[in-house]
Amino acid sequence: MPVPLQGVSVASTESRSPVVSMRGVTKRYGERRAVDGLDLDVPEGQCFGLLGPNGAGKTTTLRMIYGASQPSAGAVSVFGLEVARSAREVRARLGVTLQDNVLIETATARENMQIFGRHYLLDADTIARRADTLVEFLQLGSHADMIVRRLSGGFKRRLAIALSLMNMPELLILDEPTTGLDPNVRQGLWSRVRALRASGTTVLITTHYMDEAERLCDRVVIMARGRAIADDAPAALIATHLAREAIEFDCDEAEERRFLASLGNGVPHLRAGNRTMAFADDASRLQDALRDLDGGDRRPIVLRPANLEDVFLSLSGTRLDGEG
Amino acid sequence: MDLSFRHAWSVWRRNATLYRRTWKLTILPNFFEPVFYLTAIGIGVGAYISDIGGMRYIEFLTPGMLAVAAMHGASFEVTYNVYVRIHFEKAYDGMLTTPVGPDDILVGEVLWSMTRSLFYGGGFFIVAMLFGLVPFPGGLAALVVIPLAGLLFAAIGFAFTIRIPTIDVFSFYFTLFLTPLFLFSDVFFPIGERLPGAWLIVAEALPLLHPVRLARSAFQGEWGWIALWDAGYILVVSAVLLEFARRGVRKRLMS
Repeated sequence: MPVPLQGVSVASTESRSPVVSMRGVTKRYGERRAVDGLDLDVPEGQCFGLLGPNGAGKTTTLRMIYGASQPSAGAVSVFGLEVARSAREVRARLGVTLQDNVLIETATARENMQIFGRHYLLDADTIARRADTLVEFLQLGSHADMIVRRLSGGFKRRLAIALSLMNMPELLILDEPTTGLDPNVRQGLWSRVRALRASGTTVLITTHYMDEAERLCDRVVIMARGRAIADDAPAALIATHLAREAIEFDCDEAEERRFLASLGNGVPHLRAGNRTMAFADDASRLQDALRDLDGGDRRPIVLRPANLEDVFLSLSGTRLDGEG
Repeated sequence: MDLSFRHAWSVWRRNATLYRRTWKLTILPNFFEPVFYLTAIGIGVGAYISDIGGMRYIEFLTPGMLAVAAMHGASFEVTYNVYVRIHFEKAYDGMLTTPVGPDDILVGEVLWSMTRSLFYGGGFFIVAMLFGLVPFPGGLAALVVIPLAGLLFAAIGFAFTIRIPTIDVFSFYFTLFLTPLFLFSDVFFPIGERLPGAWLIVAEALPLLHPVRLARSAFQGEWGWIALWDAGYILVVSAVLLEFARRGVRKRLMS
């Protein structure tokens, strides 16, 4: 289908100053530091992922980016504007889909778009035109004229995203966009995010689903306890921290030690419960080594590509447990 | 202070758009409540009262009830409805992702509450006219009292609602605050003739007495210096509470 949304012109994508820039940003709530000395640059025209477990400080970071919250220390600028001083101007140029849908349940989807469009001071004609475009873009169809209360979770989420696109933002912020949705709905939303990115919109997405980040994002920052613990393209993170492939199998700790020793102890590995994951660019080598040790094919071994979740476990594991 | 009237207006229009769906449900109670009061208290109880300061009891009661209607119209809006928008609908969190700012939200909501007070107070005014209780044209001046009372009670209610921790606290607001105001603010009897002196000072400090006295001045066509004190009280107290509410909005929504 055609992509009706045009975020930024081709000419402006050539300038490479970051859309979002955070320097030494800290947010304190009493003694707790929700965000702790964060540096972040979101490049223009990319899909940028902010990953981390619940409580890592992702949502707090977003709130400071669109000016709903002020940092306790540090500087946040968006589109080259200082957010603390120019929140209204910054928010006129970005769109935010919050983690909890903020829809008016007693109104129709189209009325929601109308009411939201007015917050951007759009006139009635523009609102009607954009609502039509967005109904098509997000495939709301006849659901656009239904009362929101009667819509399914997937349609509500699409409407929430439609609202944050009413002003044709240059930067779209999505906070946990697919949490709690069916797999087919998630796929549908991902395709819409890709379409927006292809049309030049910068997308900043938070998620605790590593597969979502791997499929959508050009670049990711992994957050834990309010800090950025890694920052790179997903494939590069996997290559740098682990290796291309992994094997997974159940074993006790003594067996794991023997297995790692048989490979010369140089193999990156993770342990979760009684399951061991070991990484190599060609993991069939690891599988062969384990079968040699077992004296045959004696246990189920999963051979798979390494993924961001492995990177996340390895990073947060070492940092949080203080092992390395 | 960073107020954009156009953005505040978009907040007002949000409420107006949604109200269009339900106005038919609220307009009937709106209309009947004053009819019940005027007949039961004004005519029913009034039958046992020969006269009150040279007028029929129902004539004494009507301007007071006009101010009460305006008070109720604004109060329901800035208590339960605003609480639901903050905590259940998260409407303001949504607005704060758009160019609408916290001051715009406050002003939009207060203007909308004043609008609701106009519906309530205006409804009562029409009923009172049908009862033949509004002196013409002097009584028309009482129409100005409706938005003034609306402003005052919107400011009080919003400053309260933005800071309370749970919705249950509203029972205190209505039962221990609005109800005594309703009963002891010159609406049903002249408090100056019945309350001991110390209590008169308390009543003077409380908000409802002032719009009631202004409305009565308009109905009787007798304006004194005290009307300046009443209008001044309403404007100054509203301004102080709106500033208090303004800080509350930032604290609640933008921490």
